Amino acid sequence: MKRSIIILAAALAIASMLAACGGSGGSSSGGSSATTSRGPITIWYSNNPQEVAWGKQVVAAWNAAHADQKVTGQEIPAGSSSEAVISAAITAGTTPALIYNTSPASVPDFQKMGGLVNLSAFPDGASYIESRTGAAAAQYKSTDGNYYQLPWKSNPVMIFYNKAIMQKAGINPNNPPLATYAQFLSTARAIVESKAAKYAIYPSPASEFFQSWYDFYAFYAAESGGKQLVANGASTFADAAGISVEQLWRTIYAGKLAGNEPYTGDSFADGTAAMELAGPWAIATYGKMAWGVAPIPTSGGMKPTAIYTFSDAKNIAMYTSCKNQATAWDFLKFSTSLAEDKALLVMTGQMPLRANLTKVYPAFFAAHPPYKLFATQADRLVEVPNVSNSIQAWQTFRDAWTSAVIFGKGDVSASVTKAAADINKLVSQK
Amino acid sequence: MPELQRKAAAAPAPGGQRRWRIKRVLGEHPAGLLLSAPYALFVAAVFVYPLGFGIWMSFHHYFFTAPGAVVPHPFVGLKNYATVISDPAVRASFVHVGEFLIINVPLTVIFSLLLATALNNAIHWRGFLRVSYYVPYVTASVAMITVWMFMFNSGGIVNRILGPLAPNPAWLVNTTWAMPSIALYVTWKQLGFFILLFLAALQNVPDELNEAAAIDGASRWQSYRTVTIPAVRPATTLVVLLAIITGANLFTEPYLMTSGGGPNGATTTPVFLLYQKGIEQGTPDVASAIGVLLVIGVLLIAYASRKVTERE
Repeated sequence: MKRSIIILAAALAIASMLAACGGSGGSSSGGSSATTSRGPITIWYSNNPQEVAWGKQVVAAWNAAHADQKVTGQEIPAGSSSEAVISAAITAGTTPALIYNTSPASVPDFQKMGGLVNLSAFPDGASYIESRTGAAAAQYKSTDGNYYQLPWKSNPVMIFYNKAIMQKAGINPNNPPLATYAQFLSTARAIVESKAAKYAIYPSPASEFFQSWYDFYAFYAAESGGKQLVANGASTFADAAGISVEQLWRTIYAGKLAGNEPYTGDSFADGTAAMELAGPWAIATYGKMAWGVAPIPTSGGMKPTAIYTFSDAKNIAMYTSCKNQATAWDFLKFSTSLAEDKALLVMTGQMPLRANLTKVYPAFFAAHPPYKLFATQADRLVEVPNVSNSIQAWQTFRDAWTSAVIFGKGDVSASVTKAAADINKLVSQK
Repeated sequence: MPELQRKAAAAPAPGGQRRWRIKRVLGEHPAGLLLSAPYALFVAAVFVYPLGFGIWMSFHHYFFTAPGAVVPHPFVGLKNYATVISDPAVRASFVHVGEFLIINVPLTVIFSLLLATALNNAIHWRGFLRVSYYVPYVTASVAMITVWMFMFNSGGIVNRILGPLAPNPAWLVNTTWAMPSIALYVTWKQLGFFILLFLAALQNVPDELNEAAAIDGASRWQSYRTVTIPAVRPATTLVVLLAIITGANLFTEPYLMTSGGGPNGATTTPVFLLYQKGIEQGTPDVASAIGVLLVIGVLLIAYASRKVTERE
């Protein structure tokens, strides 16, 4: 027994020493020559059918004209989340040149890991991004003033509603009253009390860090007039706007107007809930349902043209494992050109992060009025803040929200204040 | 015998001295080392090195980086451990997994032993029953968990049967009942495997022992208590150890069944937080400290349980 313990301890000591030696080794990737190098590259795109179709056509269009710089497109490997897959791939050095599914919330962590190429280092890097996206591009700058992601597409979060359920509940299905918190609550109660649907709305009550983007953050963006969760290194949400949003949702959960159990299907598509918070990507999943869209409510009501929401953007990042970065940059511009952005819009219904979208593609929006609502909303988007320990900060927020709002524990104001103080500490750490 | 003579007798003959030294280092059967080397290398690669690396990480400021990225990893002493111990969420996760083990381990031992005994005595449908108990163990967790979520939600079959006795909120969103529900699910899912262990042990209990006990006037229960249960004690020790080790590593169920350690953090476990902090949040150094504390805790509990189950 004693001998076994000594052998195990010795083995662990040797393993620890090996770990210490191996900690900063590995082959160098990227490098200054890579930025001017051209040749074949690989890209990953999302795995939903619409984006796969778009990805395949853009790769085919590029390859037809660039036989010497072939691009290979692949769906992002399956994993618990895209972020976990990309993080593991950065560590292993197996990332492709470009990933068309990079969450802005993960960019600070990927940057810290040394996994991202500074796009501002390309001669036309910053100017291309800013000319395409306009003033909204500023939200995607890292704290060092450079771009490590190209703002690609957004899915402005709005309220979808089921017209048949609204009608059954005695509510005008073409213009349900949802502009103010009082109207929203009254409509929600009418739906549940009439038994038109079991719940008025059913955002996921799960504890993952990103779930707050689809309940709190969209409402906070609207109520605060476009504030991010953190600004100038400090939390913003411990204010009247943040507290009123939390109070509203606490009332919704307390009144059983929203479900607090994990749901195993699509509560909106199957009629369990009358409303859903989602972006235009969701339209493809609704089939023949008659649906309508409304902006996010605010406490006192606002003109729709003044209301902000969460962007739910996915961006494109170039990874340091890329050996042919000049090709990757050219392909990145090609895939975000006017023509390819239009193809993205037509094939997926998602909004390219371009300035003045409705003026750029007037014919498409004239032919597809429901999408015009999202396009006009796309001019007023709030992104997740680009701060250190971003994921930890969102998890901290979610844990506080779960306790105070979904389960109604303690005082909302105290919960918000504590979460804000904890997040301030996190974002100040490098 | 004089001292010199004794030494001469113990020492090898001059010609065999080299062979004696080799035998002393490599043992009686050096070929055995060669045969076990592949497995030893496998264990070193997938267990010893990662464990050593984890321990090393827990004493340094460490985060994952791209290959070639030169980043300092300064020694931070016990800072990561202090962070972990001072975090109420981590402390709560250890309490939750303790709660899980208190429910799961006894249930596992009792039900698997009883069902194994029943199967051992069953004459009809024995094969069918064995397969039936084993099916949940080999079925994908995701599928099983989805079925249990349907069964235990507010409108599920369990609540419909219980009627007014059903808890409110429902099982998986009830801070009191969520972890016991998970413990019950895990007990059910893993029962087939533990039944097989007990069944193998029961089939090795000689019939003569029970017959002798019957001749001495023992009832069936007395015979079971004084003959069968002591005879399967090694299997009981193994079942308890495996149930503790797999239970302490609980992750999938809180991740899927209660949607990320819910409700309100009531089913977080050390391994769930280890995943959250190490993989999602980019702090593998803190996650490693949780891992090391968990390993120490499991070793202590396993040692104590072994002492209890092997007690004469």
